[in-house]
Amino acid sequence: MAAGAPGRRTAAAVRRGRTPWALLVPALIGLAFLVLPFAGLLIRTPWGDLLPLLSSAEVRGALWLSLGTATAATAVSLLFGVPLAWLIARTEFPGRRAVRALVTVPLVIPPVVGGVALLLVLGRSGLLGRHLYEWTGFSLPFTTAAVVVAQVFVAMPFLVISVEGALRGADRRYEEAAATLGASRWTAFRRVTLPMAAPGVVAGAVLAWARALGEFGATITFAGNFPGTTQTMPLAVYLAMQESPEQAVVLSLVLLLVSLAVLVALRDRWVGTP
Amino acid sequence: MSTEGGGARRGAPEGASGAEAAEPALDARIAVDRGRFRLDARITAGPGEVVALLGPNGAGKSTALRALAGLQPLSAGRVLLEGRDITADPVERRPIGVVFQDYLLFGHMSALENVAFGPRCRGAGRAEARAAAAALLADMGLEAYAHTRPRRLSGGQAQRVALARALAVRPRLLLLDEPLAALDAHTRVEVRAGLGRRLHDFGGAAVLVTHDPLEAMVLADRVTVLEGGGVVQEGPPAEVARFPRTDYVARLVGLNLYRGVRHGTSIEVDPGEGGAAGGARIEAASPGGGRVFAAFPPRAVALYREEPVGTPRNVWRLRVEGVERFGDQVRVRLGGELPLSADITPAALAELSPSPGAEVWASVKATEVECYPA
Repeated sequence: MAAGAPGRRTAAAVRRGRTPWALLVPALIGLAFLVLPFAGLLIRTPWGDLLPLLSSAEVRGALWLSLGTATAATAVSLLFGVPLAWLIARTEFPGRRAVRALVTVPLVIPPVVGGVALLLVLGRSGLLGRHLYEWTGFSLPFTTAAVVVAQVFVAMPFLVISVEGALRGADRRYEEAAATLGASRWTAFRRVTLPMAAPGVVAGAVLAWARALGEFGATITFAGNFPGTTQTMPLAVYLAMQESPEQAVVLSLVLLLVSLAVLVALRDRWVGTP
Repeated sequence: MSTEGGGARRGAPEGASGAEAAEPALDARIAVDRGRFRLDARITAGPGEVVALLGPNGAGKSTALRALAGLQPLSAGRVLLEGRDITADPVERRPIGVVFQDYLLFGHMSALENVAFGPRCRGAGRAEARAAAAALLADMGLEAYAHTRPRRLSGGQAQRVALARALAVRPRLLLLDEPLAALDAHTRVEVRAGLGRRLHDFGGAAVLVTHDPLEAMVLADRVTVLEGGGVVQEGPPAEVARFPRTDYVARLVGLNLYRGVRHGTSIEVDPGEGGAAGGARIEAASPGGGRVFAAFPPRAVALYREEPVGTPRNVWRLRVEGVERFGDQVRVRLGGELPLSADITPAALAELSPSPGAEVWASVKATEVECYPA
């Protein structure tokens, strides 16, 4: 392993040697940078007033809205994202690589830009939204549905990338085996490929859910900030920060705990970390 | 190049039933073009017949099997199964069962669910499919493992589940890709015996891909040898073993093989055959003429330090090129006017005590030489 090391002894000695400072110091600074904000949050939490603050209708409303919309966004992402991932991973068509690149665009553009783009397409005078409004009198922006749409826009790419990776990693010969047993492509996908890619699908869904839960920019641009209908937790935190920082701290704590709970609950079963 | 070699035998074998098949159950001509590799082979199998596709790595055996299954598109040819043209049928509608090399059992299903998968896909009800699967597993002696996941099965058990899964769809043709390759040597003998019995009971035609001559000899009623994408020899195992037609087959069955022209009882070996110099002669017992193969086993060769007296018909002065253990014998590789392998006892080797490059006399009785038309 070690270049030029003649024997096992040298390799073992190298492994036992000191961790180099040049790596250790930046690593510890990095760790502190990631952990300290949470410590600050815990230290500044007004533990005494926690319950009354938490039980306020506003906080509860925002929390349920967040959990509900993030879950709905994850479900929508699964419904469309898994087939999209399959299309990219398992079929050959012209422009497949371009499609794959397009899917990742929402990952890199600022969410606010995504919100603006959604408004331009789905807004009351948008490309599609105009017709929707003319025919049904329904305008999507600034509704709870708009919150979900904004979250799907930013979260689905995570799911697609994760599922596509899992599908790519799955051995195609199992699909061939299923075919020789009489399975159509749809049956093979449903009963063989998807179960084999399940860990990747769940990991992608968790990522998408977490991303949807924390979504701010696209939501506030496309869905606005109306308590009860579109004001999710991140928006509530931001708003509370202007008026009563204490409440912002409590809301942040709740968001943190919910995220941690989900991660811990799923980690051992699905998101296997070595 | 589809080989329609003169000596290659084709058609139904004298099966256990004794019935001469009017037409083969499987009659396929498959051509696959893949860049520089071209497979073009005719593969036939009689009803109830087990045909082994034998060949070195890269000969196109697995490609041929995939083409029969419909997993590999043909560039030309057709596949007739019991008189029906299935060339254009998609994989899932062919009445074919496949046992894959690594079995490819579905890891998230129990053994029973694996076996029931095929019947379910082909329209059987849930209860019906499970009952059929349970019966098949019981046949394989695996009822205790019905609810076991594949990764908890031993290699031999997994092999039987894979066979049961392939048989569950009641195929008319069974394809097996190196069915014993994933097993260790110890398990292989036992599993091979079980597989042989089940192939015999199966009743439909079966095509078995293998690179192991022993497997082909034991399991198959007929052997089709593929080399470089074409059929080079075909026949019952005993015939292939006795009358090899290529160097590859000769090496597999352990014979020294030469091409040449026969004049009377004397065969003039083609220059370049196995590195032979021009003019080498082999004497056979019976006279004849024309282009022939001459073959003799390494154990028929005797080696001497001095030119043997008593005039055996075949004597060549050769050079020792290598010595290796071969069972309880020693295999001596010799070069010179007629390169050959000789199997002698360790005692004979000690007596000979050749140094590398030493010259020795090799002799073979004319009656040991098999001579057959090329």
